[in-house]
Amino acid sequence: MAAKRRDNATRPAIVVDRVSKQFRVPQERYFTLKERVLHGFRRTRFEPLEGLHEVSFNVHAGEFLGVVGRNGSGKSTLLKCIAGIYRVDRGDIRIAGRMSTFIELGVGFNPELAARDNIILNAILHGLTRRDAAARVDEVIEFAGLEEFTELKLKNYSSGMYVRLAFAVMVQIDAEIILIDEVLAVGDAAFQQKCYQEFDRMRDDGRTILFVSHDMNAVNRFCDRAVLLERGEVIAMGKPSDVTGEYLAVNFKRERGADATELIGTLRDRAAYVADAWIEDEGGSRREYLEQGRSYVCKARVEFNEDLEDPSFGLAIESARGPTVFTTSSGWAGQHPGSFRAGEHVVFAVAFDNPLAAGRYYVNAQLEILEGPQAGVVDRRDRATAFVVTGTDAEGSLVSIPHDFTFQRVAAQEVSS
Amino acid sequence: MSAQASATGTTIAGLHSDDRAVRFLRLTFSLAVMEFKIRYFGSVLGYLWSLMRPLMLFGVLYVVFTHVVRFGGGITHYPLKLLLGIVLWTYFAEATGQAVQSLVAREALLRKIPFPPAVIPLSVGLTSAFNLGLNLCVVILFVLVSGIGPAWSWLELLPLLVLLLTVTASVSTLLAVLYVPFRDMSPIWEVVSQLLFWGTPIIYVIETVPSGARELLMMNPLAATIEQARHVLIDPSAPSAAAASGGAVRLLIPLAIVGLVLGASLELYRRMRPTLAERL
Repeated sequence: MAAKRRDNATRPAIVVDRVSKQFRVPQERYFTLKERVLHGFRRTRFEPLEGLHEVSFNVHAGEFLGVVGRNGSGKSTLLKCIAGIYRVDRGDIRIAGRMSTFIELGVGFNPELAARDNIILNAILHGLTRRDAAARVDEVIEFAGLEEFTELKLKNYSSGMYVRLAFAVMVQIDAEIILIDEVLAVGDAAFQQKCYQEFDRMRDDGRTILFVSHDMNAVNRFCDRAVLLERGEVIAMGKPSDVTGEYLAVNFKRERGADATELIGTLRDRAAYVADAWIEDEGGSRREYLEQGRSYVCKARVEFNEDLEDPSFGLAIESARGPTVFTTSSGWAGQHPGSFRAGEHVVFAVAFDNPLAAGRYYVNAQLEILEGPQAGVVDRRDRATAFVVTGTDAEGSLVSIPHDFTFQRVAAQEVSS
Repeated sequence: MSAQASATGTTIAGLHSDDRAVRFLRLTFSLAVMEFKIRYFGSVLGYLWSLMRPLMLFGVLYVVFTHVVRFGGGITHYPLKLLLGIVLWTYFAEATGQAVQSLVAREALLRKIPFPPAVIPLSVGLTSAFNLGLNLCVVILFVLVSGIGPAWSWLELLPLLVLLLTVTASVSTLLAVLYVPFRDMSPIWEVVSQLLFWGTPIIYVIETVPSGARELLMMNPLAATIEQARHVLIDPSAPSAAAASGGAVRLLIPLAIVGLVLGASLELYRRMRPTLAERL
């Protein structure tokens, strides 16, 4: 109901009305006239690849709308259709207002030109007049903090400087409607903070922003509403927290599904197997989206096909970036859970305070016998579950170790002696 | 307030006093200026180097055709006519040659910022046109040094240049768009370009061509442009384009060809444009 009232109260800035877009991917693509002539009489067969299917939504003037979805779900295609880079096959896209598109930061920068020229050129590419572009140069440079490097050619810029300049150009182009694709994944923590502030400012200014992102944190933080795309269709639309939750569910279901089919044949042969794994918060509800510093419980359900004596339950947390961050096992902790009978189901739990840095993690669960004639791994389930940690501590690293800062002034003589 | 996005979707309502044509021209011009800057301000000798190319070609051809094969000896102001021909041809060859792959080379830009793709080949041509302007100043300097005084007829160069720019822009756009589906356009155009070079009175003058072949050659808009430019700028005694074609009416043929090429490039661009970005 609330959304409906809003519809009536505000005019839409972007209307996407039953938009479909297919890419025709030729099975053999002829790239030259020669090939065309040689194969001219054969018809090229096309495999239609659905980009977008009957996508409809409105973005109200002044709204910050997030678009989320897995890779290949059609997010970028949608953005390019709205921007007018791709033509839609069916449906309508209507835009009211001056629009700028930022699909990638720094597109159109020429490394051979100095910052000043690049700013002007980029602003003109995004639709500004030459005079407006020239008038913004100083603001852009100031925002990027590159006052000393205005005459330096871009090829001599560090990647950090380059990104700052690109972002600065973006925020200074004051279009009424801004389309942004994944531009926040740039720069150091301090610059990201600045970018976040700019996003807040843009929203407060009443700009209409369509924001495509993989960063659920950012979507939750900035967006008024969000849309979830899956295989070119809108499968959820509404409150950002609901939509990002749905995104995580869709995302992880897929991974688990793949694991299950692989395992299905082997599970029954084992003495016991890990049937399921998940994370709960303190209140006992399942979470796939963990906050830094809070307490959670990782649980796994083990089903026994045979009697087993004193098995050891273990788990490992692996970062999506590669390294295993943490491993533990009840056996190492010296615990003896006793014996289990065939047919029993057991849930084992590991409670922990979450010290992990923002990012994506997988849980590997394992059941083994440490001693005796049965010793060995009974079952090991890699990536039994996955979760995403949100937060801003320890950015770019793996864990946030509890720590304190102290400062002490030291006299110069004491240092030298 | 809301405007229907056109098939290509770039229409945006609320563009006060800043319509699409203005934006198109501004973008073309800005890109050309920046490119020119990169090419010629990068090094102190930047422009001199670019001038070296036509001058070297001129020098070699001059030596070969006046001293080795003794071809130009009987032609009045042969060196000047040769230089003018080379300068005009260099513009056409350079602009079209660079335009061929220009769209594909800027794939990232075209896929990520919405703007009319034709801006790219046209700005490439405009950069070469700036260069042509400078080179023509050098030619005029040579003309004056040779003792030929300025005349009102020189003004006729302007419409001739407009014609040359039109042909070049049309061919450039045509080639750039054709290159997207046909990636062997580049070697094809190199061959055609070679043929055109010899089929155009650049190192020779039209009056040395036997009548019959002469009228045929004069159907080439480049031939007509270069011959007329020689007639008005250097040597009024040389046949005008009309005279060489065998009557002013026959000039309609090269003009019609220009119109045809222009029309073809506009039509092809109109058809290919909506799907251009995804086919790059």
